[in-house]
Amino acid sequence: MSNAETPTNTPVKANERPKYGPEHRSGGGPMGHGAGTGEKAASFGPSLKRLLGHLRPERPLIILVVAMTAIATALNAVGPVILGQATNLIFDAAVTNHVKIDFPAVAQVLEVAAACYFGFFVLSWLAGFIINSIVQRSVYRLRKQVSEKIPRLPLKYFDGQPRGELLSRVTNDVDNISQSLQQTLAQILTNLFTVIGVVAMMFYVSWVLALVALVTIPVAMSVVMVIGKRSQKLFAKTWKSTGELNSQIEEAYTGHELVTVFGRRREIADQFKAKNAELFEASFGAQFISGIIMPVMFFVGNLNYVVIAVVGGLMVISGGLTVGGVQAFIQYARMFTQPLTSLASMANLLQSGVASAERVFEVLDVEEETPDAPGALPSPVRGEVAFEDIGFSYDPDKPLITDLSLVAEPGSTVAIVGPTGAGKTTLVNLILRFYDVQAGRITIDGVDITSVPRSDLRSEIGMVLQDTWLFGGTIRDNIAYGREDATEADILEAAKATYVDRFVHSLPDGYNTMINDEASNLSAGEKQLITIARAFLADPSILILDEATSSVDTRTELLVQRAMKNLRADRTSFVIAHRLSTIRDADVILVMEHGAIVEQGNHDDLLAAKGAYYRLYRSQFAAAAVDEDAA
Amino acid sequence: MIISAPLMMVGGVVMALREDVGLSWLILVAVVALGSIIGILIVQTMPLFKAQQMRIDNLNRVLREHLSGLRVIRAFVREPTEAKRFDVANHELADTATRIGRRMMTMFPSVFFVMNISSVAVVWFGSFRIASGDLQVGQLTAYLNYLAMILMSVMMATMILMMAPRAAVSADRINQVLGTSSSVVPPAEPVNELSRHAEVSFEAVDFSYPGAAQPVLHGISFTARPGTTTAIIGSTGAGKTTLVNLIPRLVDATAGTVRVDGVDVRELDPDLLWGRIGLVPQRPYLFTGTVASNLRLGKADASDEELWQALEVAQAADFVKQMPDGLDSPISQGGTNVSGGQRQRLAIARALVRRPEIYVFDDSFSALDVATDAALRAALTPEIADAAVIVVAQRVATIREAEVIIVLDDGRIVGMGTHDELVVNCSTYAEIVESQFKASEVAA
Repeated sequence: MSNAETPTNTPVKANERPKYGPEHRSGGGPMGHGAGTGEKAASFGPSLKRLLGHLRPERPLIILVVAMTAIATALNAVGPVILGQATNLIFDAAVTNHVKIDFPAVAQVLEVAAACYFGFFVLSWLAGFIINSIVQRSVYRLRKQVSEKIPRLPLKYFDGQPRGELLSRVTNDVDNISQSLQQTLAQILTNLFTVIGVVAMMFYVSWVLALVALVTIPVAMSVVMVIGKRSQKLFAKTWKSTGELNSQIEEAYTGHELVTVFGRRREIADQFKAKNAELFEASFGAQFISGIIMPVMFFVGNLNYVVIAVVGGLMVISGGLTVGGVQAFIQYARMFTQPLTSLASMANLLQSGVASAERVFEVLDVEEETPDAPGALPSPVRGEVAFEDIGFSYDPDKPLITDLSLVAEPGSTVAIVGPTGAGKTTLVNLILRFYDVQAGRITIDGVDITSVPRSDLRSEIGMVLQDTWLFGGTIRDNIAYGREDATEADILEAAKATYVDRFVHSLPDGYNTMINDEASNLSAGEKQLITIARAFLADPSILILDEATSSVDTRTELLVQRAMKNLRADRTSFVIAHRLSTIRDADVILVMEHGAIVEQGNHDDLLAAKGAYYRLYRSQFAAAAVDEDAA
Repeated sequence: MIISAPLMMVGGVVMALREDVGLSWLILVAVVALGSIIGILIVQTMPLFKAQQMRIDNLNRVLREHLSGLRVIRAFVREPTEAKRFDVANHELADTATRIGRRMMTMFPSVFFVMNISSVAVVWFGSFRIASGDLQVGQLTAYLNYLAMILMSVMMATMILMMAPRAAVSADRINQVLGTSSSVVPPAEPVNELSRHAEVSFEAVDFSYPGAAQPVLHGISFTARPGTTTAIIGSTGAGKTTLVNLIPRLVDATAGTVRVDGVDVRELDPDLLWGRIGLVPQRPYLFTGTVASNLRLGKADASDEELWQALEVAQAADFVKQMPDGLDSPISQGGTNVSGGQRQRLAIARALVRRPEIYVFDDSFSALDVATDAALRAALTPEIADAAVIVVAQRVATIREAEVIIVLDDGRIVGMGTHDELVVNCSTYAEIVESQFKASEVAA
């Protein structure tokens, strides 16, 4: 009766880019979606084993639960026989011998029955409690494992897939596992033991009738399997469609502005309707077909009942069985089909849970970053950064950086300019060890950065990125993120130095203003300033500014630049910017093109050299240059 | 099941009563007992389900933030902090789920218990009635079965009811979304014919966010004529993006009128309005698909030549040609598989494909290096000669040639004119220029 839970996205290999593109489009339109190929749980057996392995820490409790359930179902199974005995007493007295019913005797028997049922109640209740704890704790651990895995994963894993994919696995898939486990564990044990117990009791009461009853098993099984196969396909389709629908919605929501202004609302709505209809059909079909299982099982059970009643009745007449025996048997017949039905419909649920488990295991199996080396940077760090013949590319077929060598003296400002895609952001990625060089090495004060723990390295480097990242907290908290032990005075100092203080005072809640995700209360430029304040607070010896100030208009930037200049006094700074105004004051300017440094020098020298830098500089004043030439 | 369960129950009751009315009170007691147990459990779990949904939301949020800020978190070495945040959310969720689970796990044992004890009671009280001759043994057996059937149907109903609270909570959340009304409402009787073309005018426009004390924009008045470029420049937070968002009615003015082609935008048929506008927003967002599918967002039936033309002007043709599948190269969600500058150029090409009458460039050139910026503008000028172009920019070099430059400060226009005029007349503008050019260059 419990059908497959929240469907999930279909499996995506962890290290491959998701396959988007025309061959996977479903119905054209602005967004091509066709995530994945709709595979079911690829290897049910091993994955189930692995999933159950996650329960291992709870072993003693599981054994306890198994024992409790076994006893409980035994008690429950014995019940009908005892009741049957009571009925026999009544029957013998009232019908056969026409004497007064021995009520105390009947009462005694019934008390035993009641005691058994009470025992069943208590034990199964407790077992349920324990199973619940087991499942919840295991699921908690699973989630924790994934969250602990994340810091150890290389950045290239995250860059290779949409965020929603990983999120879905941690929430949707784990939730699905939790539901499946919770519902199946308890019921499987009970049902299994019940079936065993009931069959045993049936044979105890009357082996003839038992055989009659057991004939129905193969019939029931084959029915369930046939139905199950057909519904399984539809369930798989349901999950696939749900995943696709999800992606569609998420993207349309994120790009809502564009969808509206480009007048595509209706089209998106139509796309949604189509996918929704697809989902509906698959889901309806799946539920409908699997919903047939119940009535069919009931039918088989009822048929069974009739046969037992007839045969049983005949046996009573011929003296081979007591009335109480028939009564008990009938109860058992009922107690027999119900768990079978349950087990059948649980197969679906389990498959769903295992499919989700596979997706979570994929994340846990991703190759991790190389472990940290136990070195140390000299203290204090002077800040000399050297690149020695480094080579790197994201894609082995497309070399990005080759034979790059550069030395940045402590306290100097190095400006890196060049067209987009020249490798500037990549340099930053390499210094921070977000990616590791494939050739050559990078050193700080002569120490190879791969020989020290990443956290030590990064504590020495402050960073302001092109994309601002602020979390859902107050402005104060976000600035304080730069350094754990920062005092209020430190925070204020950083805010003042980066002109955050000015605009914060015009906000109603001041520093306590909450920054929300879509942050409509702060402009892009204001958010940038906060990230600059954060870096300021971190007080690192090496600073990296990656096009940080391009969203801040040039007036404020001028002020920030002054503050930055003070900040940079004793720090080695790498500035990646597009505005010549920001880099004019640099000690060294590097001009990059296609992964190589083509020019190196300061502003005046490079202008005089009339090379790449000169060309870049001139184009900013194209109009002025034209006027000059014309004059 | 919603239908079969009650029917089965009624059927069972009727048949049981047919056998023997004397024991009917037993059924009543059993059903009432069952009903109250289930009822109490459901009432207790409803608020817990609500809490669980929120806890799941929370977990999602924490993880999502972590993933989007991965670089910052690693650079600031804050993984332990993040791990703690996640752990708290994880714990809270597990806690709530456990409490719900406990109550759920109570349901079935309770139902079975009532069923079983009822059977015992039936035999006991039945025995009296048999002794008194009101009941036959066979009827007793039948009765037991009907009782089982009745209680079975209650159990089935229970299973449905178990899902009801969860469904109710979710339905509530969905209704909240459905019940939200938009603040930007399409007109009842839209104007769908326009006479004047490619003109945008603002007449004393104010805008403030609902509940905000200060207006973001105040008294904005200007006209952008076809064939001209109107540039908007100003300090951070001056309201530039808000201003341009008023044109396609992403937000509505709280005072004053915005007109496109002479008609108040609030009275224009939305499709007509949007058909006239090509927007390149500050953060260029690309959709999952291919380069071609993204460009076609601008115009669904654009031919490949049209796409290449647009790419050429946007200075994007080179890198698209270099991509393995050209126009059919895959683009991942948000366009994260291309660099920032490439994304911007694709977004510009997308607007170009549309060939709108009104272009709105909101800081669309910022990720481009100076050379590409200049080349792009040079290629753009002939292409969009007849349109009204509104450019929000930071670099003076980008907007220097504009026919009208509007200087925005704190939501007000503090200067309007050409570059040369403003350098002399507007101190704010002069400051901006100074910060970007050396004094000597400006004088020259």
